[in-house]
Amino acid sequence: MDEVTYAPATGLLSWTWLLIALPAAGAAILLLTGRRSDRWGHWLGVATVGGAFALALAMFSGLSGLDNKTAATDLFTFISVGELDIQASLLLDPLSGVFTLLITGVGFLIHVYAVGYMAEDDDRRKFFAYFNLFVAAMLILVLGGNYFMTFIGWEGVGLASYLLIAFWQAKPSAATAGKKAFLTNRVADVGFLLAMFVMIGAVGSLDFAEVFNGAGELSDGMALALGLLLLAAACGKSGQWPFQTWLPDAMEGPTPVSALIHAATMVTAGVYLIARSNPIFNLNETAQTVVVAIGALTLLFGAIVGCAKDDIKRVLAWSTVSQIGYMFLAVGLGGGAYALGIIHLLAHGFFKAGLFLGSGSVMHAMNDQTDIRRFGGLWRVMPWTYATFAAGWVAIIGLFPFSGYFSKDPIIAAAFAREGWEGWVAGGAALLGAALTAFYMTRLFVLTFHGPKRWTDDVHPHESPAIMTGPLVLLGLGSLAAGGLMATPVAEWLVPVFGEHEEHHGHLTHMQATIATTAVVILGAALAILLFRGGTDEVPRAAAWPVRLARADLGGEAVNRGLFERPGRVAAGASVAVDARGVDGIVNGLSAAVGGTSRRLGRLQTGFVRSYALSILSGAVIVVAALMVVVIQ
Amino acid sequence: MSPEHYLILSAALFTIGAIGVMVRRNSIVVFMCIELMLNAGNLALVTFSRTTGTIDGQIMAFFVMAVAAAEVVIGLAIIMAIYRSRRSASVDDANLLKA
Repeated sequence: MDEVTYAPATGLLSWTWLLIALPAAGAAILLLTGRRSDRWGHWLGVATVGGAFALALAMFSGLSGLDNKTAATDLFTFISVGELDIQASLLLDPLSGVFTLLITGVGFLIHVYAVGYMAEDDDRRKFFAYFNLFVAAMLILVLGGNYFMTFIGWEGVGLASYLLIAFWQAKPSAATAGKKAFLTNRVADVGFLLAMFVMIGAVGSLDFAEVFNGAGELSDGMALALGLLLLAAACGKSGQWPFQTWLPDAMEGPTPVSALIHAATMVTAGVYLIARSNPIFNLNETAQTVVVAIGALTLLFGAIVGCAKDDIKRVLAWSTVSQIGYMFLAVGLGGGAYALGIIHLLAHGFFKAGLFLGSGSVMHAMNDQTDIRRFGGLWRVMPWTYATFAAGWVAIIGLFPFSGYFSKDPIIAAAFAREGWEGWVAGGAALLGAALTAFYMTRLFVLTFHGPKRWTDDVHPHESPAIMTGPLVLLGLGSLAAGGLMATPVAEWLVPVFGEHEEHHGHLTHMQATIATTAVVILGAALAILLFRGGTDEVPRAAAWPVRLARADLGGEAVNRGLFERPGRVAAGASVAVDARGVDGIVNGLSAAVGGTSRRLGRLQTGFVRSYALSILSGAVIVVAALMVVVIQ
Repeated sequence: MSPEHYLILSAALFTIGAIGVMVRRNSIVVFMCIELMLNAGNLALVTFSRTTGTIDGQIMAFFVMAVAAAEVVIGLAIIMAIYRSRRSASVDDANLLKA
């Protein structure tokens, strides 16, 4: 493998830190000024992200003019202990460049949308403070020049995610969901920490370039351990199996949060981590196979559960789980598929953000109703939302010539290209996932916007204001066109990061895979239209066990409850019992024994002088007798 | 007279004193019994001094007398104080110091 080097930044590119500083300053100002900035705070939040987006565009064009397309900046020394030297360094390269554009670009649109969406909320300023905090943390995550910086961002987005999921903290379900997300992520973060310790131990540095250059000398087991630990961290942040349960619950937060954090950007951090660590994963076939297996499993898992849900945001959340499964599948396949994963990530960022904002617009119109069984016929009253949602719908199911077609089809083809039976399994799962995606998204779309109206008369649906439909239209256009426009240029743009790769065909040619995918997608969509054209029952019908299982999240919650919650409760109960009976028992028993003994001994002190005299005399007699015995002998 | 007789007398006096301390309730009588025990000891000391031909025992007996004199002063004062506060000279009535 070629030596990885990062050229120092020059000119405008040495101002990379400003990208992070803008939203961070926004968050600081909004949080510190408090209620005083209530009137203009949201516009400041929008402006900082907008400014960061403009700056990112300028830097992106500056980056494309460079030969090696990297710009590394060392800000200051973070930690310097003995051999270990951790710099607060930033790295702008093709990979972090596209992420920066996605985060600030889509982030900007969602900020604008949130101005309208949160208009009725008293805490809108606080919301924008947290939102800016999130953007700043996410930029640290992708711009970090070593694993430590990435980790800081990684924890920062976790914090922002927690704050925003639990934004309506008066609602118990939201507060619980926030804690759940935070704790689940924390468990997975142990993987990240251990991976960093392994790097420090084996390579002696956390710097991307040094780790990647030194990775070749790692033993097989070490490389595998490193890969699996990073994968565990990635699975947690991206809601992949076995950490998927927090992501659907995260929908308790405001809808712009779901769109920005839990669809477009933060949850894709896991994909970023694996793509960034590609030299480590390339070293070990087993680690890559595990990534592929997790991706394939999760994409089916999410799609199956998505088919059974009736809450508009939860369907989209499970859809996110499933789509990120595709990205994991792609980055696990390695080689040319890394770029495919990133392209799908970018395309997904557009259409899923659009879909979420569309669902927010629907909820806005329907008095925060989220049950798709109570929608229907909305296309007449909400034309803009309808049109943009339709754009997201055709994009996600992957109809030609929309976004998903250019980003998802190549992944399916690449999965089939894997050698041996694994290719058939991964490709088959991806193909089945595509059919299920088409089914549940069509079901969602048809039940929401078509069919007879099923809402009650006291609801007066209306189109959202322009500040909300504007971003929707832009994201809708992005959903339609982004995939086709990005597929080739982004793949070429990312060559410096992932290397040059020959396209090779395995079990199916690209054309065969495309035809198969399009066929199953149309089949799935047609089936959904046929079944749900006439609306649906308002209460769930008794169903066969697969449907019941899917409604119960395929047992994900039950497993958590059985494997962690119940043993946790038992352990807590046991430790309370040990404390109360064991530890307290010893202390209390000891004091009771001492007290009892002294009470009994105290009874010897009768207060009668004559009895004392008797004891003294008996003592004296005993002593004398003992003396006599000794003397006589 | 052989010294054994003195010693037997001393032991008898001491025993009478000890029994008196334990069986009598009147503190004055208890006090007199204590004096009896002390003087039984003195008698034994003087006897031993006589048998060994040294004067150590006699000196020790003087010490005992001196201590006994001091003890009588303090003891009688305590008995007076108790009697004034409790209107009783019985040792069994002064039984507050107990668990």
